[in-house]
Amino acid sequence: MNLQIIDMAHVSLRELNTTLQKPGDASEATNWEVINSKGSHAIAVGLDAPIDVTIKGSTGYYCAGMNKQATIRVKGSAGPGVAENMMSGTVIIDGDASQYAGATGHGGLLVIKGNASSRCGISMKGIDIVVHGNIGHMSAFMAQSGNLVVLGDAGDALGDSLYEARLFVRGKVKSLGADCVEKEMRPEHIAILKDLLARSGADAKPEEFKRYGSARQLYNFHIDNASNY
Amino acid sequence: MDDFSTKATPPTTPRKSWTFSDDVNSDIRRAAATGIYDIRGGGAKRRVPHFDDLLFLGASISRYPLEGYREKCDTRVTLGTRFAKKPIELDIPITIAGMSFGALSGPAKEALGRGATAAGTSTTTGDGGMTEEERGHSKKLVYQYLPSRYGMNPDDLRRCDAIEIVVGQGAKPGGGGMLLGQKISDRVAEMRNLPKGIDQRSACRHPDWTGPDDLEIKILELREITNWEKPIYIKIGGARPYFDTTLAIKAGADVIVLDGMQGGTAATQDVFIENVGQPTLACIRPAVQALQDMGMHRQVQLVISGGIRTGADVAKALALGADAVSIGTAALIALGDNDPRWEAEYNSLGTTAGAYDDWQEGRDPAGITTQDPELMARLDPIAAGRRLRNYLNVMTLEAQTIARACGKNHLHNLEPEDLCALTIEAAAMAGVPLAGTDWVPGAKGF
Repeated sequence: MNLQIIDMAHVSLRELNTTLQKPGDASEATNWEVINSKGSHAIAVGLDAPIDVTIKGSTGYYCAGMNKQATIRVKGSAGPGVAENMMSGTVIIDGDASQYAGATGHGGLLVIKGNASSRCGISMKGIDIVVHGNIGHMSAFMAQSGNLVVLGDAGDALGDSLYEARLFVRGKVKSLGADCVEKEMRPEHIAILKDLLARSGADAKPEEFKRYGSARQLYNFHIDNASNY
Repeated sequence: MDDFSTKATPPTTPRKSWTFSDDVNSDIRRAAATGIYDIRGGGAKRRVPHFDDLLFLGASISRYPLEGYREKCDTRVTLGTRFAKKPIELDIPITIAGMSFGALSGPAKEALGRGATAAGTSTTTGDGGMTEEERGHSKKLVYQYLPSRYGMNPDDLRRCDAIEIVVGQGAKPGGGGMLLGQKISDRVAEMRNLPKGIDQRSACRHPDWTGPDDLEIKILELREITNWEKPIYIKIGGARPYFDTTLAIKAGADVIVLDGMQGGTAATQDVFIENVGQPTLACIRPAVQALQDMGMHRQVQLVISGGIRTGADVAKALALGADAVSIGTAALIALGDNDPRWEAEYNSLGTTAGAYDDWQEGRDPAGITTQDPELMARLDPIAAGRRLRNYLNVMTLEAQTIARACGKNHLHNLEPEDLCALTIEAAAMAGVPLAGTDWVPGAKGF
């Protein structure tokens, strides 16, 4: 496993990211542990190798931003914009996540074991997000594609101005946003959900969820819809 | 003695209302017929105080001119000297503004890259991501980081030469964008990860930060991802230039791009374009003042855009304190936009060459603001790129001509003292004296 420990009490953010962003080869470490993160911003951003990084402690803004390939685990809570614009790989937050978790993510899997704040999955573009707890208001706003799975409840205006992303919620939805409607759960959706629940270590059955998606009524501007905007 | 009462009343000349002009009346009729506001491309068309309202004084007994065909007048500019490891070095202080693939055709983006590169300057992506046409043909390419994040990815972030975080643009400060479904080809749809044929909205706010404190952290993230190599530009619309410039500096910008209301857009409501934001001329001095107050003038570079057309405009913007300018609409005209050769087709679209602004409809006869393969094929990117290069060269020569006449051996040595204004409004906005006087209206503050 060749575990390497980086202590942020002695290593700067620049040095940390430079180390983690280095192109890996077989002789180099593939397992990293970051200690004394102290809520620093932009930890482990722009990674592009199949390495494992565990951050012991909570993180500030944009942890794991634009991640590719890497598996990043936060043993704490994550600040705003965790895994923003992620392309691939896996990011796991053991605690809670602040606003904009997974914003504009293009791919990969983001797992939040606790709750996620407002605008979780905003403008998501292919990422899969599984939240074991609840999510805040305006989540999946303008979400384009990918899957957002919520084991708990969702706040106001879920999926407002949604495009083609799929939303699965097990608990209550306080309200749906413009053009977001409940949809039939078909076998292919059960299969997607089953896979995501298994990969994210979630103890839930696909049949317990409801699916929400776009009614596609606002896809082309029409004056009769003006009051919906 | 005349008897007026027995004669016919003399006719008066029919008089149209200034308030209810033909333009206004046609807008009312259009609104009444359709029930929806007018959307169009381009920038503000109304007359506003502009660079035309300024004049250079030239040399005299107290100022020595430089010889026009012999003495050197430098035009080079370096952008991003504050924090970036690799600032952008340009031969001329005229850059190409951000315009999206989607709004523009692939050949048009290629032509912009070719022309800019041949003239020694940079071009800029737009909403929709980076295309191979523009990366391949642009020696210096600025990659826009927009609220929509269409096509945003770390690989393109690393292969650009600078990053421009777009907060606003002059045509619509506070507004997002809309690319109508008819311009969403398979390729555009794929790049933006959305279904073909639907209207694609570009949000007006970034999805993962609000306010200058967040922006500072966002900039940190982008620098960490790109090894602190890339200059970070922040583009703002001409809303509150003094405060926005101050906050952009505080957030850590290397370069500020300030776009006045004459700056173009691919598609926005006409009422927005004409009624929100400030004229370019009114934006420069407050922004320069903010840079000076922060001790950052010339350390954080200022790029001005919105209605730049000639070398005189370039020279005036630089004299007021800008480090460079950016052109969009003028570059499109150089490529062939609104060319009278397509007059018959403009007429069939209900318009005329010079007035065509329905860029959102994708039926551009010149093949520039379209994704229609047949129309796109009309634009030869090599010839169009050559026209852009020629135009950029002429603007540079013009600016040098003026600078030499003012005794300056670098365009950046031009200064407000070289200028006077023709109107009180322009004098107040530019902070230079009204011609023939030593009066600078509003000199005590903004």
